[in-house]
Amino acid sequence: MNRINKKLQEDKKLLSIYFSAGYPSLNDTVSIIQNLEKSGVDMIEIGLPFSDPLADGPTIQASSTQALKNGMTTEILFNQLKDIRKTVSIPLIIMGYFNPILQYGVEAFCKTCQEIGIDGLIIPDLPVDVYNEHYKAIFETYGLINVFLITPQTSVERINFIDSISNGFIYMVSSASVTGSSSGFGEIQTSYFKRIANMNLKNPQIIGFGISNHDTFSQATQYAKGAIIGSAFIKNLTQNGLASISKFVSQILR
Amino acid sequence: MTYNINDKGYYGEFGGAYIPEMLYPNVEELRQNYLKIMAEPSFKKEFDQLLKDYVGRPSPLYFAKRLSDKYNTKIYLKREDLNHTGAHKVNNTIGQILMAKRLGKTRIIAETGAGQHGVATATVCALMGMQCIVYMGEIDIARQAPNVARMKMLGTEVRPALSGSRTLKDATNEAIRDWINNPVDTHYIIGSVVGPHPYPDMVARFQSVVSEEIQWQLKDKEGTTKPNYVIACVGGGSNAAGAFYHYLEDTEVNLIAVEAAGKGIDSGESAATSALGREGIIHGSKTLLMQTNDGQITEPYSISAGLDYPGVGPMHAHLYTSGRAEFISITDDEAMTAGLELSQLEGIIPAIESSHAFAVLAQKKFQPKDIVIMNLSGRGDKDLQNYIDYFKL
Repeated sequence: MNRINKKLQEDKKLLSIYFSAGYPSLNDTVSIIQNLEKSGVDMIEIGLPFSDPLADGPTIQASSTQALKNGMTTEILFNQLKDIRKTVSIPLIIMGYFNPILQYGVEAFCKTCQEIGIDGLIIPDLPVDVYNEHYKAIFETYGLINVFLITPQTSVERINFIDSISNGFIYMVSSASVTGSSSGFGEIQTSYFKRIANMNLKNPQIIGFGISNHDTFSQATQYAKGAIIGSAFIKNLTQNGLASISKFVSQILR
Repeated sequence: MTYNINDKGYYGEFGGAYIPEMLYPNVEELRQNYLKIMAEPSFKKEFDQLLKDYVGRPSPLYFAKRLSDKYNTKIYLKREDLNHTGAHKVNNTIGQILMAKRLGKTRIIAETGAGQHGVATATVCALMGMQCIVYMGEIDIARQAPNVARMKMLGTEVRPALSGSRTLKDATNEAIRDWINNPVDTHYIIGSVVGPHPYPDMVARFQSVVSEEIQWQLKDKEGTTKPNYVIACVGGGSNAAGAFYHYLEDTEVNLIAVEAAGKGIDSGESAATSALGREGIIHGSKTLLMQTNDGQITEPYSISAGLDYPGVGPMHAHLYTSGRAEFISITDDEAMTAGLELSQLEGIIPAIESSHAFAVLAQKKFQPKDIVIMNLSGRGDKDLQNYIDYFKL
């Protein structure tokens, strides 16, 4: 069974952390992943940096840009990760935009992910219908779970379609926004969380965008299986460095 | 084989809508409605009326006698430079502002590089009393002060794009992010035949008035609707899309797309996407784009701010790979020389973008009987400082 599916069966709320690979320094990737696992994080999204990350706000874009300046490439990331399964056992997901994956070759990319022990992919600008028609078979051949996003504007019909072709979890974008935009959830978000929870989808949901601390994490996980923190974690890395990872995580999970 | 868009939103293998889910409702709303709205008699009437009375269409098709004598062929200029705001861009912004109104939108966003599309958008927003925000790279804001001032005078807020390379592609990213954050009340007026489906098709249709007019204007003057050549410059490709549109399927008409070679194709400072690009995804569209081996989008260069876009619209990617259009790239120097020549032979100072198209006349041999249509996409007022610096005027 895929590590993601196994993790989703655990009887607990899951904390997933996103970071941009190659930031703050090119070779921090493995150390960040190991530190996150040791600190009690359940799942990690490794950001493959892209020059033009449309769905991301300023924090993640800035870390992506710096990672590229540091020299990060798809090849280098795969090299850094090649022995990662000797030390890390939690689910690992690569999150990246479609163009770098397309240039690497979708099948070659998936094959390398499988060899390394990557469990899933999140590709925000690979639309669900294109995936379904052209790439689903490849992802399945290499045992990769592809994770789709839904937003407060996504129609019920489309949510059901996304649920039907997903086999891991659904990434629930908390509000109509790019990453790192909001702070705290209001009435509009919580009613959206409730609405989705009541749909009884076959895939569990994990909420991302706008989760930055213990309060927003607890609020989100009242309605969902887990929550994802990205921008807030990167800000913390920028300000306090790798040594602060366990403190950051323990403040979320306290 | 068709050279126009298919019902799935692709030109051959190019196009589509490679967008994050956050944008899906906005783009889908547009996709479901744009053809229906454009077909409404009341829409057509309002669009045509504004093009006539406000923009000043039809733009003349002018026989350039001295230029024709020099190159020993029959050259006609399609005078998009005489439109209100000085370029073809306004054809599209008039269409999209009417579209936005019918979709019930109250807030307009746009991206701009040189500021031409920004000014054309600010203009129609003033005309319709709509709130307007234009994203512009911080570097471009510094380079294009007169257009920034025009937009402000028209009541538009110009927001600097501070991310990435702080130029057109980043302004586009920022506009897309704004749309993600404001999915309900906002319409995004894209300025070229780029972006996710249905934008390339919608913008091409609004610009297609150019070739529609060429057909009947040429019929009046030459007794035929068909020229031998249509020549237009391509950055994203909207003026070329408009000039080519009604000739796409008519292979007797040769189409020539002119890209900016900058300081030379191999100089590392170029914007010739067909020569230097590979298939990939940019701003929601599968097309040809300039990128690193690793799939990072690179920053192009041209002396002309309107041509330095790292991609090209999916229609043009298809015209290039299918061989339907010939692609020629022109250096900064060749374009500037051609701009000076047009000024002195015909008394018309062209935009530097358009000057690129004119440089083809010196490179390609035409027959005396050939009818060559040059799409004169914009006037040179905005480029005066560039011409001054280049020619030490």
